[in-house]
This record gives sequence, structure tokens and C-alpha cells, in this order.
Amino acid sequence: MNPLLTQRQTQITVAGKDSLAIDCDRNSLAGSVSQRACVFCGSRVVLYPIADALHLIHGPIGCASYTWDIRGSLSSGPELHRLSFSTDLHEKDVVFGGEPKLYASLSELIDKYKPKAAFVYSTCIVGVIGDDLEAVCKKVSAEKGITIIPVNAPGFNGNKKDGYKVACEAIAKLVGTGDREVPEKSINILGDFNLAGELWLLLEYYKKMGVHVTATITGDGRVDDIRNAHKASLNVVQCSGSMMYLAKLMKEKYNVPHMKVSYFGLEDMSDALYEVAKFFKDDDMMAKARDLVKNEFLRIMPVIKEYREKLEGKRAAVYVGGSFKAISLIKALRLIGVKTVVVGSQTGTNDEYEIIRQLCDEGTIIVDDSNPIELSTFVKQMKADIFIGGVKERPIAYKLGLGFCDHNHERKEALAGYEGMVNFAKEIYATAMSPVWKFTR
Amino acid sequence: METKGITLETYTSTRNACKLCSPLGASVVFKGIEGCLPMLHGSQGCATYIRRYMISHYKEPVDIASSNFSEESTIFGGNKNFCQGIDNIISQYNPAVIGIASTCLSETIGENIPGLIQEYKNLHKGETMPHFVHASTPSYQGSHVDGFHEAVYATVASLAVNTTKGEHINIFPGFISPEDIRHLKDILDDFGLDYVLFPDYSDSLDNPHQGEYQLIPDGGTKIADIKRCGSAKASIEFGYVMNKGGLNGKIKNSHTALTAAEWLEKQYAIPRYALGLPIGIDESDAFFKTLELLSGKETPTRHSRERGRLIDTYVDSHKYLFGKRAVVYGEEDMVIGLVRFLQEIGIETVLVASGGESGTLKAEIQKIDGISKDLMIQNGMDFESIDEVFDSLKPDIMIGSSKGYYIARKHKIPMVRVGFPIHDRAGAQRVQHIGYKGTQQLFDRITNALIEYKQENSPVGWKYI
Repeated sequence: MNPLLTQRQTQITVAGKDSLAIDCDRNSLAGSVSQRACVFCGSRVVLYPIADALHLIHGPIGCASYTWDIRGSLSSGPELHRLSFSTDLHEKDVVFGGEPKLYASLSELIDKYKPKAAFVYSTCIVGVIGDDLEAVCKKVSAEKGITIIPVNAPGFNGNKKDGYKVACEAIAKLVGTGDREVPEKSINILGDFNLAGELWLLLEYYKKMGVHVTATITGDGRVDDIRNAHKASLNVVQCSGSMMYLAKLMKEKYNVPHMKVSYFGLEDMSDALYEVAKFFKDDDMMAKARDLVKNEFLRIMPVIKEYREKLEGKRAAVYVGGSFKAISLIKALRLIGVKTVVVGSQTGTNDEYEIIRQLCDEGTIIVDDSNPIELSTFVKQMKADIFIGGVKERPIAYKLGLGFCDHNHERKEALAGYEGMVNFAKEIYATAMSPVWKFTR
Repeated sequence: METKGITLETYTSTRNACKLCSPLGASVVFKGIEGCLPMLHGSQGCATYIRRYMISHYKEPVDIASSNFSEESTIFGGNKNFCQGIDNIISQYNPAVIGIASTCLSETIGENIPGLIQEYKNLHKGETMPHFVHASTPSYQGSHVDGFHEAVYATVASLAVNTTKGEHINIFPGFISPEDIRHLKDILDDFGLDYVLFPDYSDSLDNPHQGEYQLIPDGGTKIADIKRCGSAKASIEFGYVMNKGGLNGKIKNSHTALTAAEWLEKQYAIPRYALGLPIGIDESDAFFKTLELLSGKETPTRHSRERGRLIDTYVDSHKYLFGKRAVVYGEEDMVIGLVRFLQEIGIETVLVASGGESGTLKAEIQKIDGISKDLMIQNGMDFESIDEVFDSLKPDIMIGSSKGYYIARKHKIPMVRVGFPIHDRAGAQRVQHIGYKGTQQLFDRITNALIEYKQENSPVGWKYI
């Protein structure tokens, strides 16, 4: 048994020891049980939270079934995004072409659900069977009078990251089509998915600071807000792996500047607020941000301290979607006394892996696009106590007798913001301290 | 479409599908072969999505490899990725078997998987090689159930050896829970039968804690046993529809899909006992009678007493159930079993819905004694359509997978989760459906769901029933 495939060795490094940069941004290796999904998935998860749009998946049924209500992205209004629409291609469509079915499906669904706009996703076989997605979208768009955006996302066409790019391109087609008046000192929030209502916590903070939010593109999203997103003064980007491309597109076309932030952990959360205030060069805003941060710290630090005392010395493994989130998690874990000994992501970037390498203690294993064999080997080798990941990492943790914290899209507790930090500490504590481990170790 | 004055609007699109794609079914089957690692020949997403879907249900590790198609493989063929994939699987997992399922992509571009397997074997002549089994599962044909039966058939057809007839029997139970499989094995053991049960994922998808991440979890039907299928004295299969339905998404209504038991009957003249999923007393009786016949033994006391206990419970609780109206949905053979059972206990089924498209569901349901002529029976139905007819059917309870929860929640009626998937509750692996004991569990769950609903909605609340 060989836990490490030779072709994957350049995607693994150790903090402090190797001087080699990690070789990320590669397609997954054949035969490796990658934790990544595909291009389609990348586009689907990013566009998913646009709640008043119709999302129609053109292909056989699987792609739609597996992404039905997959993200806990909450909406404060319409919930059209939580339905799963598919053209459900059958053999005859594959042989004779799927365009008639797409045309009929799209038309009937627009009539029935009256969406503000529609996204039509192509899947693996659509290009292969020669369906002209664009032409059908154009035709129905003209007939129904709504914007229909083809999302060209065949699964094989790169990796999940390429899907993010496709999604950004799709959103970019909406941006700039609205002419709503937008107040001064207004921002867009990119890359927060409103899991467990996290976005609403952030909106509350920004409101207290006097910052207006024009569009929350990837969480509780609305078509009309996105249409006007170009009028905002600033794009505040979390989950930079997925959304930085859109921010760059908007910078080029509309000269909207952007900044990278994270809302996980006290340090990064506070920086996010300060940076926005700094951007607007507004003393009053900064004073309000300071007040807010101070009050939140006063409120939650005693609680955090209690958890820290209990958790001091625990060791964590982190494997998440993007490397930027991993950076925040390392810091948040450190705040509660937990050392990160394994860290990785599905679609990280070189710069961020470099930051991780600087940030982590010597010996921490850093890995890109990993798989169950590697992850189970690393967490054992590094004697981790807790694993922070998603559904696919959960059985790795549990079978090895490690605690687990779901930091992926199915989480039911908000983990962002100040309240989120308390929840995070509580969850880490609960999983680390459960009495059940006495039976597994 | 109209049934008893209820109009069902028809849609071209599928809205909240009541089915999954065929490679998922094949993956479940491959997890039921000892030492097997499944591989999907297609894009990375197929394997990852199916893994995630199965992990959420079974709460177990589900490693499925992918040949991970790129644009290049889509244009020039996937043989390079296929061979590299197999190399990497062998190097990391060293499996006894690699179960390969195709996907819509590899089928559409015309990949010849048996040819690729041969090519790989030729390249590695003289080396120790895992067994290869291959199921053709393009997701544009049929549902996960068709993929399941296709994989059972393909595995048996490629491995079964016809030697001197033995005394053992084959049992192909279909897509049931790990706990159902364990119960089935207990029954067969109690009859003292020598048997091959396939697929057996009772351990591999519900393993005891061992403090290890097993790359290939313990359990599964042994290859040696699957080989023995060819010399059995009889085969039992559960399911009236299986993959025997007419269309299943195919162009012609005359496809040649066989079940494993049908193939063994045709190829090696092994008698086939085609039974329904044994839910309820009648269908369980039919199963136990078959076992009596094949073993030459009477039903062991433990099981006849379980039967008696089940009848006793039917009597105890009949008043809570009589006349209640149920919406039943899910895989075709599962819903047929459930409707037969509900009919026994006085619950009126008002809608039978399946995403499956065999075209034979209606005929199978209508065979059930005393079934209402007004009952709405829908092949190829999705959840949005169920929701749209819901109010006019005035149901009291929903029975099916967890995906119907949003409808039960909206209409504020109780639901009982059965089958696959159950993503929003713990213990999906241990939900029982079959045999006297499984029926007992199901019966109590349905009764209690109805009692709880009444109690919760009562202005008084009570301490006795």
C-alpha cells in the first residue's frame, strides 16, 4: 500500500522544512479519490444562492439530483434556488439532440415559476451531443423577455476552480444592466454564502458602521441587486478562490476596486471591518467599527477564554474548499489554543499556501487536492485530535476516532462573525470533549 | 393526465427528481463485493457527488475512484486516463476487485470499457491483477435502480462459473438497507441454508468502529461466492420491476436487460424464484415458504413467533391506522412492497409515485388485492408534481425517502422515512423494511408517527393510548 502517489508529491509540502512551493492548480489525478467535484459543481455552488433566479441543469438527471438543496444558503425571500430543475436527458435526446427538450423545459419553467432571470447549466454530454445552449437561451429569452444566461460548465473541462470562473463570467453578464440609484459608501459582498445565516450577521455589522450593501452576490442573492452591483464603491471578497475573478472583471470594466477579507475568527473578522472603514477614509465609520469590535470582544472574550483553557494543546487537521479560508481557520484555532498540524484545500492558490507555510508551526503538513488515503495517513501521523472539513472528510475523522467540525455548506450553526467564533469554539469543544472517545481510543 | 377528477399537469422538465443516476446504483453494488474499489469512468464530479450522497446516507467512508476525464480524453478517448487510473488504484488500494461503471460522458463518446480492460491486461501480462467487473450505466438510461441491477447482473455474468450443481442457493435482494441484509442473513442461517447473498454491503456500508480508516472496508460478497452463483440449485430475487421494465429511458421498448437470476436461469438453467420485496405478512410468507421449500425445513420457531408477534401488533394498533391516507414514493419495487403492506393494515394509499420509468409500475400495483381503482400511480414522477396534487389527495402521511420532507413540512403532515436516501436523520443504515421483524419495525414507526401527530395536535395531550 502506497499512501503517496509519485505524481502527487509536488502537491504536498511541510511548513518550515521544504523550500519548494506547492504545485497547485492542477487537474486531479486519474484514479485518485479526489475530494473535489467538477467544473459543473464549481459553477453550481457559486450561482446557487441567487435565490430569485431559475437554475436549470441541462443533462441527464444525476447532476441535478446531487445538487438539489445542497447548500445551506439561506434566503430572506424567494427560495427558487432550493428547487432542482433538470432537462433529465434520456437516450433519445442524446441520440437526436437535447435542444427541443431544453427549449420546452426552459419555457414551461419560466411560465410556471416566473423567475427574475435564468441560468442554464451545460453538463458533460451537452457539448458532445452538439446542443447549442446559447441559441436556445437566446430564443427563449427573446420570447419570454427575461435574461437567460448559459453557464458553460461541462464537468470534464478543467477542475472545480474553472467552474468558479465560469460562474463569475455568468454573473458578470448581469452586472451593469441595472440603473438603480445606490447610496455613497456602498459595498458588494462577494463570497459569503449565507450558510446558517452568516451573511445576516455581517450585514448587521456593516449597518452599524454606516456601510450600505448593494449586492450580496453569493448569499441571499437577488438578480436586481447584482444588476446594480457595478454602482457600489467597493467589492469586499471572501472565498477569494471562487470570487476574485469576478472582482477582477468588475475592476476592469467598471473600475470597482476590491479587497480580500475573511469573516472567520476574531482577528480576520475585525480586519474586514477596519479595512472597509479605511477604504472609505471615514473617521466616523472607523470609530463605529472600533466600538463594535470592542463591544464584541468584551462580550465574547471571556467565553473564548474558557474554551481555550479546556482546549489548549489540542491538535487539528483542516481540509476545506479553498486555502484562504484555511488561513483564517488556522488563526481561529490558535485563538482557542488549538494547533493546526495538517492543512489543505481542494482548490488552493500558491500565494495562500505560502502564507499558510509562514503561519504554521514547523512540521505542519500542507496539501493540495488531497484524498482519503493521504488525509487519513497525515492525521494519524500528526496525531490530530480534531478534523475540520466537510461531509466527505467526516468519516475519515470518525473512523479514526477524531472529533469533527463541519465547516462546509451543510453547517447549521453560523461560524462567521463574532457570534460564529463562539459557535466555532463551542463546536470544537463539544467534539473534542465528548465522552464517546473513551470507547474508541 | 387525470385520475378521479385530479388533474396532473405534465412537464417536460424534471423538477426535484425522485430518482438518482445509474452509476450510483452500480457504486452501491460494487461496495457489496469483498475487496472491491469502485471506479467511475467519466468526470471527477460523478464520483465525488455519489460519494457525498452515499456518505450522507450511510455515514461511512465511501471511496470511489474516477478516471477523471479531461477535455483531451473527451476528444481523443479515455484510455490514457483509464490505464493511469487503474495503475493508481492498484498502487494505493491494491484491491481484489475493481468495479468499473461507465457514465453518460464515457458512453456518449463511445468508450469500449471491456476493450480498455483487455488493453490494460495486455499491457500488464504476467502481473498479478485484480478482478475487473464492468457495468454499463449511462445516466441517461433508467435510474439508480437500473444501475444497481445492471451491476448485479454484470458482476454475476462475468464471474459465475457453472460447475457441478451444489446445494446452495443464490439470493439477490435488491437495494435494501445494511440492517435488512443482516436480518436476511440471520433468516437464511436459521434455515441452515448454504447461500450466496449478493450484493452484501451490510458491513462495508455499516462497519463497527475499528479505530482505522479502512481503505477498503471489511465485508462484501466474496469473489469465490459470486463464482459459485453459477452452480446454485436455485436463485431468489426480490422485485417485480427491477430492470425488467419496458422503457427505462431507452429508445426501444424491447431492450434485453436481464436480472442476475434471469441470466443464471437462461444460461445455466438455475430455477428462479421471483418474489416481491418481503414487506408485510403476505409477501414475507411467500419468502419463508420459498425457504421452506428450498431447505426442506419448516420455518424456525424464532421466525414463526416473530410472525405471530407481528399479527399481534397489527391487531393492537389497527384502529390508529384504518382509513388513513398515504402518499408513497420512491424506488418502484420499494413502493410496490410498501403499498402491499399498507393494504394489509388498512391504510389507503392515495398516490404511488416513482421517478423510475419502467412503465410497469401501474400494472404491478393494480395486481394487489383490493387496491382502489382510483389510486393514482405514476411512473416518472418528480416531487414538484407530487406537491401539486397533494392537497387534492388529502393524505394523512407520507412514506418514502427523506427528499419528500419539504412537502410533508409544507402540508404539515407526518412522514416516515424509508429506503434511500435518508439524509436528514441518523440511522439510515439500520432502517428495517423486510421480513416479519423488519415489517414490525416499519409498522411501529408508521403507527407512532400517526399517534404522535394526533397527540401533538391535540389540545389536551394524553398519557395513555
